[in-house]
Amino acid sequence: MIRLAPLQMKLLRDLRRLWAQVLAIALVMAAGVATLVLGVGATDSLERTRQTYYEENRFAEVFASLTRAPRSLLDKIEAVDGVLDADARIVRLAMLDMPDMAEPGNLLLVSAPEPQGLNRLHLRQGRLPDPGRVGEAVVSQGFAAAHRLFPGSRLRVLVNGRKREVTVTGIAISPEYIYALGPGDMMPDPRRFGIAWMTDEDLADAFDLRGAFNDVLVKLVPGASPAQVIARIDALLAPYGGRGATARKDQMSHAFLDAELRQLRGMSRVLPPIFLAVAAFLVNMTLSRLITLEREQIGLLKALGYGPWAIARHYVGFVAAIAVIGILIGWVAGAWMGAGLARVYARFFDFPYLIFTRSPQPYAVAALVTLGAAVAGAVTAVRAVAWLPPAVAMSPPAPVRHRKILGGAPERYLRLPQTVVMTARHLLRWPLRAAGGVLGVAFAVAVLVGSLWSFGSIERMIDLTFVRTERQDATLTFAEARPRAALHAVRQMPGVLRAEPERVVAVRFSHGSADRRVALAGVAEGGDLSRLLTPRERPMAPPDSGVVLSETLADLLGARAGDDVIIEVLEGDRRVIKARVVGLSLGYLGLGATTSLSALNRMLGEGAVISAVRVKLDPAAESAFFAAVKETPGAGFLTLKHLTLRRFRDTMAENILISTVVYLGLAAVIAVGVVYNFARISLSEQGRELASLRVLGFTRGEVAGILYGEIAAVVLLAQPLGWLIGTGFAVAVVQAFSSELYRVPLVIGPEVYATPSLVVIGAALLSAWLVRGRIDRLDMVEVLKTRE
Amino acid sequence: MDQPVPIFRVHGLTKTYRSGTVEVQALRGVDFEATAGEFIVILGPSGSGKSTFLNIIGGLDQATSGEVWFLDQELTGLSDAGLTRYRRDHVGFVFQFYNLVPSLTARENVRLVTEIARRPMNPLEALAMVGLEDRMHHFPAQLSGGEQQRVAIARAIVKNPEVLLCDEPTGALDSATGVRVLEALMQVNGATGATTLVITHNAAIKDLAHRVVRFANGTISGIEENPVRKSPAEVSW
Repeated sequence: MIRLAPLQMKLLRDLRRLWAQVLAIALVMAAGVATLVLGVGATDSLERTRQTYYEENRFAEVFASLTRAPRSLLDKIEAVDGVLDADARIVRLAMLDMPDMAEPGNLLLVSAPEPQGLNRLHLRQGRLPDPGRVGEAVVSQGFAAAHRLFPGSRLRVLVNGRKREVTVTGIAISPEYIYALGPGDMMPDPRRFGIAWMTDEDLADAFDLRGAFNDVLVKLVPGASPAQVIARIDALLAPYGGRGATARKDQMSHAFLDAELRQLRGMSRVLPPIFLAVAAFLVNMTLSRLITLEREQIGLLKALGYGPWAIARHYVGFVAAIAVIGILIGWVAGAWMGAGLARVYARFFDFPYLIFTRSPQPYAVAALVTLGAAVAGAVTAVRAVAWLPPAVAMSPPAPVRHRKILGGAPERYLRLPQTVVMTARHLLRWPLRAAGGVLGVAFAVAVLVGSLWSFGSIERMIDLTFVRTERQDATLTFAEARPRAALHAVRQMPGVLRAEPERVVAVRFSHGSADRRVALAGVAEGGDLSRLLTPRERPMAPPDSGVVLSETLADLLGARAGDDVIIEVLEGDRRVIKARVVGLSLGYLGLGATTSLSALNRMLGEGAVISAVRVKLDPAAESAFFAAVKETPGAGFLTLKHLTLRRFRDTMAENILISTVVYLGLAAVIAVGVVYNFARISLSEQGRELASLRVLGFTRGEVAGILYGEIAAVVLLAQPLGWLIGTGFAVAVVQAFSSELYRVPLVIGPEVYATPSLVVIGAALLSAWLVRGRIDRLDMVEVLKTRE
Repeated sequence: MDQPVPIFRVHGLTKTYRSGTVEVQALRGVDFEATAGEFIVILGPSGSGKSTFLNIIGGLDQATSGEVWFLDQELTGLSDAGLTRYRRDHVGFVFQFYNLVPSLTARENVRLVTEIARRPMNPLEALAMVGLEDRMHHFPAQLSGGEQQRVAIARAIVKNPEVLLCDEPTGALDSATGVRVLEALMQVNGATGATTLVITHNAAIKDLAHRVVRFANGTISGIEENPVRKSPAEVSW
């Protein structure tokens, strides 16, 4: 049997006696540990998974697409300085004709990589297409799951205007499409967009590309500069309709994963320090009170011969024990939430495996930081008493000196009841503690404000993007630019109520030293289905000449209205034009540049050409319209606004719901932790006075009211401060998360402040209710007999 | 001559404390009466039951059996809320350790009670009665023990209570200060006519009372009347 030293016994008994306070503090610490373990662990996990996946499957570092180049050009690309390996392939979009889906979807047809090639597939089922056979394909896992496809299943696609049967030979995933976004989509929709890897010969036959290619992948020599390689490749591909090579950081799937990683990293940097600061404050507050109550015992221990370090060790040990409880709960919660997050990733991203890091490092770091915060909170409290001479420690401390607030003027003029005066003076007697309590509760409010703003902001983004800017029901994009006559063909389709032409062309904008690849859209003059909004949200007509840049693009280019920008067209004759920026537009998704259709056609010098048609549909004739689209030669893809929007909403709703539940829990933990400990300590300090008031004839409710008044003051003062700090969080989050892919408007409605306040006040009421029993049990007889 | 009004009537009062399997009989059938305006000193050794008795008639504790009547109200039948009401309206307490609210000044401690009392006197009047009107803006920590106890007396009588219950009011004070506190109590008893019960260990105080009640072993072992009361200045300990 283990024999405990007397001080160790005392420590265990203290923990048991103060279990509720200990638990409240430990939970705050656990929240800090869990968010740290989760944030660091998940970032690490996602990064390592991606890295391993990329390496094992030889994911390329430079990507280029072009119209058509002879295979012989590949040797020249491979000879470029800095290129380790290069693959030429064919990539074309085909339209899907699935029996289980009325609307047309798309299948991206890609040459299946060679066994030693780049962007290798991770085969999940079946086999790669047989080089000798025609019409075989490996399809992407998400798409196969959405349509219940298995090796042996057959599907119909429209390739170059001709119907073709494809046999599924296998199911695979690829590092290139971890986040597989279809054309014109905002969120991956595996039902409407899939990837099919077919043999190069098969695709070459289908698209008249025998001996040629239209897409290049490049792997770099370690240490080579992507920018230099891109410049050389662009020069090589320019005569073949090269549309400008991009580095891996701009590759769609990679960039979205980066955005996800940035969010995770942000969480693991902001949240844990908040929890640990609050925990340190709670430790300090609780331990100070405990030491005050045990002052005489400490004097006695010192008189018996215990040194100051033994006393200090005892109390630091008490705090460390709380921290250990918090750390253990935090480890378990962090690991559990991490597993949950891994499941979310598995659903959202196509990874072959998820390396959820079992590395002890985040756990160790979290434990050390938490212990550090706990001990830091204990230091001042312990130092105040452990070094007192025993005789001084054994005598009661000097009475607490109270003062009138501002010389008593406010109390006189406001004619405050004495109970209110008591509350105010008790709070102000320990201004730092009161401020700490206010700040702690404010953090609880702020954590919620800092997460709840996203609901309204996303609704706003939806409103601006899908209601006020994109006003069509569907957009039919052609595989290649077509003469304006194509518009009339679309107008003849069943169900089309209104149709407006559009021309979109890949360009590179440059201004000064900055440049960006974007799509420049020419929209119909006098049209209604595509609207430009000014930064003040007023509609504006597309310009007769010059271009309108989205605010984000203008920021990146450092261009303002009135500046001239250089536009390098990445299609056709690749002309370079100088154009005037005539205005800025509001836009939250991607980088955009707009002009009128006629102005764009003039710029390109290709005559009246269009590349897409926006249509307003009669809902009753939708399926007839879909059927007509499938029959349209040269149709590239069809974007349906309601589907895009629904997918966007569903995904956002799910992600935000999960994070909101987590944040609600975290805020409640802080609020209960702070308020409950504050109330317990206040009760411990004022218990004698409150019992005396009961003797004088105050009711239980009136006595509880005095204590609750103090809590209410702390909680109410914390609200505006919490709103302020939370708004700061929201601003920081908006800035940290805005990328070239998307930006989020910051919209904070009253509910963003009201909901956190209600939640935190609710948590405070719960804490108040938890101490009510102790107030009711105040021993009136005891106070008559004892000196404090 | 008018029959004196009985303020308290106590019959067969018992109180048993239970702690696990151990039972302690604090009161074993106490019969007692007190009339309006009386100044009664209760004497007895520790554990004799005198504090338990005072707590029950003060509405701080429940009896195990027996009856306690305050005027025509039976205290032994009251709920916790009823007892609170009783204390609030009718009883003033003075404790050994003063039990003032440290964050309130002398006057504010007194005002604390006037805010919940039905027919209070002016706080200043109560402080003047104990001779502390010039110290009313001081916090308890700035007052001596005797002064604090006089503030406690002012706080107890400001509600114009029918009864003033004092448990060892001079227990923490030296002789000279104690005398001043006793003077204050007698002065208040005379001025307000509140029936005053004072528990003490200090037999010297018994000469100030109209009646002296002795407790021993949970019962009243004797009651004696003082035909002539001394003034506090004449006693010392």
